[in-house]
Amino acid sequence: MPELAPFRVSAQLALVTTLVLLVACLPLARWRLSVVRPWAGLLESFLMLTMVLPPTVVGFYFISLFSPGSPIGRAIERAFGLRLLFTFPGLALASCVVCFPFMYQTLKAAMLAIDPRLIESSYTLGKGRRETFFRVVIPHMVPGILSAVLLTFAHAMGEFGVALMVGGSVAGKTRTASIALYESVEAMRYSEARAYALAILAFSWLCMAALSLSGSRRALP
Amino acid sequence: MSGALYYRFEKTFRSRTGDFRLRAAGELTLGEVHGFTGGSGSGKTSVLRLLAGLERPDSGEIRCGSDCWYSSERGIFVPPWKRRAGLVFQDYALFPGRDVWGNVRYGARSDEDARTALGLVGLTALSRRRANELSGGQKQRVALARSIAAKPLILLLDEPLSALDEGLRDNLADDLAALLEAARLTTLIVSHRKSDLARMRCAVTSIEAASSLYDDPPSHGHPRLAVAPRAVELQRALIL
Repeated sequence: MPELAPFRVSAQLALVTTLVLLVACLPLARWRLSVVRPWAGLLESFLMLTMVLPPTVVGFYFISLFSPGSPIGRAIERAFGLRLLFTFPGLALASCVVCFPFMYQTLKAAMLAIDPRLIESSYTLGKGRRETFFRVVIPHMVPGILSAVLLTFAHAMGEFGVALMVGGSVAGKTRTASIALYESVEAMRYSEARAYALAILAFSWLCMAALSLSGSRRALP
Repeated sequence: MSGALYYRFEKTFRSRTGDFRLRAAGELTLGEVHGFTGGSGSGKTSVLRLLAGLERPDSGEIRCGSDCWYSSERGIFVPPWKRRAGLVFQDYALFPGRDVWGNVRYGARSDEDARTALGLVGLTALSRRRANELSGGQKQRVALARSIAAKPLILLLDEPLSALDEGLRDNLADDLAALLEAARLTTLIVSHRKSDLARMRCAVTSIEAASSLYDDPPSHGHPRLAVAPRAVELQRALIL
């Protein structure tokens, strides 16, 4: 029988990932769009790497960096009493790294679509960068924020490779729905696998449908 | 309170098709409404953007009232949000999600300032109308009110009449002239149509004249430009 716990873990993971990335990527995208130097592009391309890297590569480096045997992993454990390997916080961090491009790119595209004159008008009306960011930039990219949130949430729900390597499939803690499906297939419990797969498919389609239907209804001539 | 404006600056705009060097100098007395004209691509709009602080000159000086907005010599560059230069864009750039009141109130320090500005342009009745439901002429007046409500030291208008229908233009030129007179603000109006500026009865500088003033400022004090008698009257009225 399929369990509910993996879905709860997946939902928690997706929620944390989406919130953290939303808060981090909004100012990051704004900053990136005000810096035209090549080094900013290089930094951006590094952060975008997880879009094309195999999850195993990300997982491998994550383990190398944060395992309790490594200097960084040891330092984090000593400073915060936090172990990142095979725990939910570690899984959430890895998920943020993997899902970053989906949130960041979508937000950046939405921000770039804002008429720059609206921002300039705000400046000449006596509002500084911070106030303009909150009162002009963010309100004028709400549809884009919605898309970014849906896309990131759906992707975080479905993440598998890194989740398996970093999370380690600890029942009730880091075993996500997609890992549960994988293990059902491994154990040849096919009816259970079918239920997991169908639920993930339905949810993902729901997210994508919301994304498509909330988007522009403009037709090209 | 409005302010007199003095500027003299130079900036090179670089692009793939070649560099474009803009040099301009001029002066506006307190309360003067002044026209600025030139062909397309001559850098008229850039002059406004430089004055508003949206672009940074390579060298020169900009002063408004008692404030120094830019001085390459003293290393001063005041950002646009601290200049109080009200810039009205050619396409108005109203905040589309806000209604008329929301647009006008945005830069105002009090409801009172916003109400006064909205009354000045005669659109109090439309304050709940959304910005994208307005006609071109209404949008322009909202954009003007939005700038005036923020109590600017100077008003900069970029092609205020060019987005409007030919038939409406003459009437609106009269309306705008009357409105600017009532607002009592030092105003620089950029337009490629001399006839529009003539209709508004303001003194006019061409970009060529402004650029020759840069190269060859009068030996005594600051470069002076022609000042309309009406502006002198207004200046007296403001001081008294």
